[in-house]
Amino acid sequence: MKRLLVLFNLFFLLIFGVTGCLEKGAVTSKATTPKNPEVILATTTSTVDSGLLDQLKPEFEQKTGYKLKIVAVGTGQALKMGEKGEADVLLTHAPQDEEVLVAKGYVIERQPVMHNDFIIVGPKNDPAGVKSAKDLNEALKRIYEKKALFISRGDDSGTDKKEKSLWKAAGLNPKGQSWYKEAGVGMGACLQLTSEKQGYSLTDRGTYLAYKGKIDLAIVREKDPGLINYYHVMIVNPKKFPKVNYEGAKKFAEFLLSPEVQKEIGEFKKNLYGQSLFIPDAK
Amino acid sequence: MEFIWEGIKESIRLILTGDPELYQILHLTLKVSLTATLFAAIVGLPIGAFLGRKKFWGQKVILGIFNAFLGLPPVVVGLWLTMFLWRSGPLGNLNLLYTPKAMILAQFCIALPEVIVFTAVAFSQISENFFRQVKALGANRSQQLYLLLKEVRLGLLAAVIAGFGAAISEVGASLMVGGNIYQETRVLTTSILLEVGRGNFGLAIGLSIILMLISFIVVGILTYWQRKGY
Repeated sequence: MKRLLVLFNLFFLLIFGVTGCLEKGAVTSKATTPKNPEVILATTTSTVDSGLLDQLKPEFEQKTGYKLKIVAVGTGQALKMGEKGEADVLLTHAPQDEEVLVAKGYVIERQPVMHNDFIIVGPKNDPAGVKSAKDLNEALKRIYEKKALFISRGDDSGTDKKEKSLWKAAGLNPKGQSWYKEAGVGMGACLQLTSEKQGYSLTDRGTYLAYKGKIDLAIVREKDPGLINYYHVMIVNPKKFPKVNYEGAKKFAEFLLSPEVQKEIGEFKKNLYGQSLFIPDAK
Repeated sequence: MEFIWEGIKESIRLILTGDPELYQILHLTLKVSLTATLFAAIVGLPIGAFLGRKKFWGQKVILGIFNAFLGLPPVVVGLWLTMFLWRSGPLGNLNLLYTPKAMILAQFCIALPEVIVFTAVAFSQISENFFRQVKALGANRSQQLYLLLKEVRLGLLAAVIAGFGAAISEVGASLMVGGNIYQETRVLTTSILLEVGRGNFGLAIGLSIILMLISFIVVGILTYWQRKGY
């Protein structure tokens, strides 16, 4: 038994020792560490899935000395975290819901950061004739009337909220219809599902571009007014939640809106896709 | 299918080039899962031994509860822990949410029932005759304990292996309490989920192959000891 214990200890030492030596990549910031160095950012999956925040995080940390904890969840959950004071700063894309939080005083200093656009994708032969519809409402009406398969995110994310508001604007309620499927998965998985089933779906352009080569879907609707996807940054109100790290949150908002970072956002993956994934919006 | 081939190539490339990001993820994965397993063993082995050896009123019920916890879904553990660790939650002042410590705690909760149940089974299989024999041969108390532990060692290793397997393979709890934060709380399972979400299937399959390798290596080492009978 003793030998077993000794061996066990040796084994743990070995694992930690070896992996410890290999851990060269750890980034430690050299800027002066602030009093309360941790900033929790609750944001949408698209900003992380696209890789944008992974690129911005080390820059922010090196510049300011803060440690940024990025929690990528659906916009619905991110806003909820703001409402409960579980995050310090939010970067989300559901303007109407955000305005409600501002009005109720849960978040403050809300500012536009960037935008991109939503598109409707569908089978290449476009069986419902979405392409030729005169406007977005007409396009949705055709899907509705033809009972064409439509895959919804169904997860209360920013994209899901957008899609629901589009149906509402068209005066239609697809919920519960047999051709309207709520997937409950992330955007990428939803696109795959849509491709396998050859249905229609609403997606942000960034995710579509990332998946383009892997799915059999075409853009059937783009650039309609109403398809723009706005991202705003906002700080969780420290007066309501004393634990909120206001200084750190403020620093992050300023960082996002600074001219250099705005430029970086505009250039992000531009070479890869031949178009910007995000268009900077700061005034 | 071409993704699988791409994934195999990707995993070899990642290992051979010593990709720093991969090693960081690997290091955290092992650190979190092995620490969780270690704590689960420290707490679970004595409890399991007690439940397996001592006969007392309610013993079956307690064992039954732990048996039921074997099927505890990691997302449930994640959800409950998140509620407790929130700033507004009862343990909010510890500032544990979105740290590796929270992930260790979550995996500990998942591994613990495995360790307890497997240990209890190992101990309950020792027959009374064994003790009679040992006593008849004139062993003193510490010698008795030594012989008992020697007898159940294989079962105890199995318990630890089961605990480790449950810890390293879960994703739901780590994702929720860790937040899958780049360079901080990203482990192999949560990275795989993220890369699938990003559409990087090749990389995801590459990571999954590495996860399987790690799991096989650790379990392989433990099994080797088991066989050798230390």
